[in-house]
Amino acid sequence: MINELISMNGHGVYVWSAFSFVLIGFISLFLIIKLQQIKEKRKFVSKFSSLNAEKAKIAESHIINQEILSIIAKV
Amino acid sequence: MTLEKKGMIKFFNYNKIFLITSRAPIYVFFLFIVVLSIGLTEALVLSPEDYKQGHSVRIMYVHVPAAWLSLGIFSIISILSFSIFIFKIKHFSLIAKSLAPSGFLFSLIALVTGSIWGKPTWGTWWAWDARITSMLILSLFYFIYLLSWRIFENKENAIKITSIIAILGLINLPIIKFSVDWWSTLHQASSVKILSKTSIHPSMLIPLIIMTAAFALFSLLIFLMKYNTEMIKNKNKGLDRL
Repeated sequence: MINELISMNGHGVYVWSAFSFVLIGFISLFLIIKLQQIKEKRKFVSKFSSLNAEKAKIAESHIINQEILSIIAKV
Repeated sequence: MTLEKKGMIKFFNYNKIFLITSRAPIYVFFLFIVVLSIGLTEALVLSPEDYKQGHSVRIMYVHVPAAWLSLGIFSIISILSFSIFIFKIKHFSLIAKSLAPSGFLFSLIALVTGSIWGKPTWGTWWAWDARITSMLILSLFYFIYLLSWRIFENKENAIKITSIIAILGLINLPIIKFSVDWWSTLHQASSVKILSKTSIHPSMLIPLIIMTAAFALFSLLIFLMKYNTEMIKNKNKGLDRL
């Protein structure tokens, strides 16, 4: 059963390589986008921490900024 | 004055959009894993082999959804780009930019899996026929589109250039779709039709639909993550301006 599934009457090499390419593509793109997201969040934290108290207060009043900071705090 | 500035389009609540793009990916990811698992079981184990092509027909379950979605995503990008020019809704560029990575990956998957499928079916990895060549051109359009976003530092210029690329690329879409009818190609004609009777058996159509749903969920996942990243990028620029 397993051998049959792997060999697929000689077509296994084509079928499995096609499905493997798809899986590798999916994982690679997911990781690329995830890393970009982490990089931007880190950049946000470093920029935010370099603000003076007055500017930090203004930045913190924005809902999106609050959300980014809360997500980072959770992580 | 743009429609956005006039306040005619009030559905862009950025705070809500950010909350959705932050929280939805985890749910979409789990749904994607469930649908993909069902789809892979159907495609690799339960669906029958073809009487002519044998087991190599299983490549269809990744090749066809990838081709459909790469065409669909480029169509959406082109429509959004038209809207940017006509209605001056700049926000659409962010949606288009976030859709492009998964569209590009799908166009590559369609080309590579098509090539792998071609070897046992036609006896060749590649043929310069109308369908395959026009699909390669679509991949190039995606590549140039994504590259333009990286090259042009000025946001206004980047929006203009990428929109022009997307609108030009739209010309290629009917060529891809109808190439198998207009010219004699090595590539077979469509088996799944919306307006007329589908010639594919339900035992193969069901796995194909499930795999298409899985691919669409992956595209949605990448879109949400990319869109969220772009919003954080904009916020980073906002902090610079403080």
